[in-house]
Amino acid sequence: MTEHSGHSGFSEKDVQREVTELEGKSATAARIFDLRRIIGLLFVLYGLIVGITGLTDSDAAIEKAQGVNINLWTGLGMLLLGLFFLVWLKLRPTPPPTPHVLPEEQDNE
Amino acid sequence: MQTPTHTPTELAAGLRLPTNGLDYAIMAIYFAVVLGIGFAARRSVKTTLDFFLSGRSLPAWITGLAFISANLAATEILGMAANSAQYGAYTVHWYWIGAIPAMVFLGLVMMPFYYGSKVRSVPEMLLLRFDKSAHLLSSILFAFAAILIAGVNLYALAIVVEALLGWPQWVAILVAGFFVLAYITLGGLSSAIYNEVLQFFVILAALIPIVVLGLKKVGGWDGLTDSLSKTHGHDFVTAWGGTGIGSANPLGANWLTIVLGLGFVLSFGYWTTNFAEVQRALSAKNLSAAQRTPLIAAFPKIFIVFLVMIPGLVAAVLVPKIGTPGSDLQYNDAIPYLMQELLPNGVLGIAVTGLLAAFMAGMAANVSSFNTVFTNDIWAKYVVRGREDAYYVRFGRLITAIGVAASVGTAFLASSFSNIMSYLQTLFSFFNVPMFVVFIVGMFWKRASTKSGFWGLLAGTVTAMVNYFVLYKRGIIDIPTDQGANFVSAIAGFVAGAVVMVVVSLFTAPKPEEELQGLVYGTRSPGMEEPPAPGDDAWYRKPALLGWGAVIIAAACYIPFSL
Repeated sequence: MTEHSGHSGFSEKDVQREVTELEGKSATAARIFDLRRIIGLLFVLYGLIVGITGLTDSDAAIEKAQGVNINLWTGLGMLLLGLFFLVWLKLRPTPPPTPHVLPEEQDNE
Repeated sequence: MQTPTHTPTELAAGLRLPTNGLDYAIMAIYFAVVLGIGFAARRSVKTTLDFFLSGRSLPAWITGLAFISANLAATEILGMAANSAQYGAYTVHWYWIGAIPAMVFLGLVMMPFYYGSKVRSVPEMLLLRFDKSAHLLSSILFAFAAILIAGVNLYALAIVVEALLGWPQWVAILVAGFFVLAYITLGGLSSAIYNEVLQFFVILAALIPIVVLGLKKVGGWDGLTDSLSKTHGHDFVTAWGGTGIGSANPLGANWLTIVLGLGFVLSFGYWTTNFAEVQRALSAKNLSAAQRTPLIAAFPKIFIVFLVMIPGLVAAVLVPKIGTPGSDLQYNDAIPYLMQELLPNGVLGIAVTGLLAAFMAGMAANVSSFNTVFTNDIWAKYVVRGREDAYYVRFGRLITAIGVAASVGTAFLASSFSNIMSYLQTLFSFFNVPMFVVFIVGMFWKRASTKSGFWGLLAGTVTAMVNYFVLYKRGIIDIPTDQGANFVSAIAGFVAGAVVMVVVSLFTAPKPEEELQGLVYGTRSPGMEEPPAPGDDAWYRKPALLGWGAVIIAAACYIPFSL
């Protein structure tokens, strides 16, 4: 955020330079965790909870849902989605950080 | 929001859901994960670029799903279901003509300018192309609108939570405000975006069971359309029936105002210049990913209409009097009513969680774009300039807290003056229209002068408002419904903005050619010359193929609804 004194306004070059500089210092690419793991684990957990509820559902619950064991089916669907994300993560692990991150910044902290 | 059709009103008192401990456990898990994402994303925040734009480093599938989620707020879910219960299949227009072409245009045509010029916000683009007055005006309008819309979302959440779960409104407002505050202050945009992606899947898990069971209850799609044709007439289940110019239909709009007003002006304004959306694409890791962000979002958007429209139509069959004084149920109650009628505990917990998640995401998208515009475009450029980057990160966190507090205030205000709220929502539905005209003229016409931006913005805003609040509300021109008036006002604002820009440009000096590189169609900025990343040349990652594919599928979806 420096050296743009601005009566003639703020030029594209200023933005380019400033953002490029910040991209060099940015830590997101190097340190952000992989979301696929979170989605995978949450949906596997939800799938198990809801699916098991479906297995033990009373007739009243099934009747309410038009005779469909909706808990079982939804649970199964969520379980599969969760497994999909975990398998994807396994097959294509987190890529290494993009080149604009300087090497020494990856291992402090 | 693009479509503030149904302002939050009291939900029917009889909608209390039979939630139990299991449902609450499912909700608690979700809230814990939301906070966990905030804490985990915290360590990735080092610079302002990390805090406000995720360091421009996220993959396209994440930014694409966040792009769709930022729009799929609960006001949209409940509102579109309500729209369907009231107007029928006309709802598809908001998706297939009112979203897809604009999203594709953003990805294919506008994103190279946004991403390639390395701007950090939509107003910053105006600063480069026009001047400080256009920049400041648009920044202030946006910041103000973002906070109010966040407040509307929070208020809507409080009403729904009160009706469904029995929590007092103030508890719901404070709890939701706290969670949004916590995860955005901690992790910035990364944590907002990650939560939006998670929310996308939870919403699907919430809506799909409702649609499946709803259809089963009314005898499938055929049973649904047969019943509706009998009670509401055949036009109710078609997209274009009764939209001839001069013929009356419940929407109060003809095909021309639908195509121009909704399909062109309103939707292009919303999708291409609303920073809460564009910000998601700007956080992508390279130009190809940024272009693919709205294109990846377009595919779910085509089909999400079924998940919100079918519950609305089913509710119209099950409760034929819905929305009329003869019934306890409002149009807005369509989805909550089906949840209560059809979902057993377990799936019910998922559905409530999805609804709460959608409300919070709608608020978070606005708060995370507000703090960016306020810090980068207002504070760092006009108030406290030239400080070190860490100062602006701290300021960004502080302004996030202030923004959330202001939305909580707005929500409390709205709970005592709900009419004011519906007025404000209408007002903001026009804000993107003048922005869009200024963008489009500035991008395609080199001669548009630096001064023309400000005057175009002002003229477009004023005209749209005068048309709606004076000419329509006072009955000087006759338009049957608010919806129709909305479309016409948008067209008027667009035309006025364009005319004023042309006139002002002709009387003022153009911007020097060398300062227009990368800002006007046909020129390139240095940032656009990045070599494609490995793998981005795969056919399924080609922006043109994705974009035209989405347009063709959306057009094909119209066919069964046009017979």
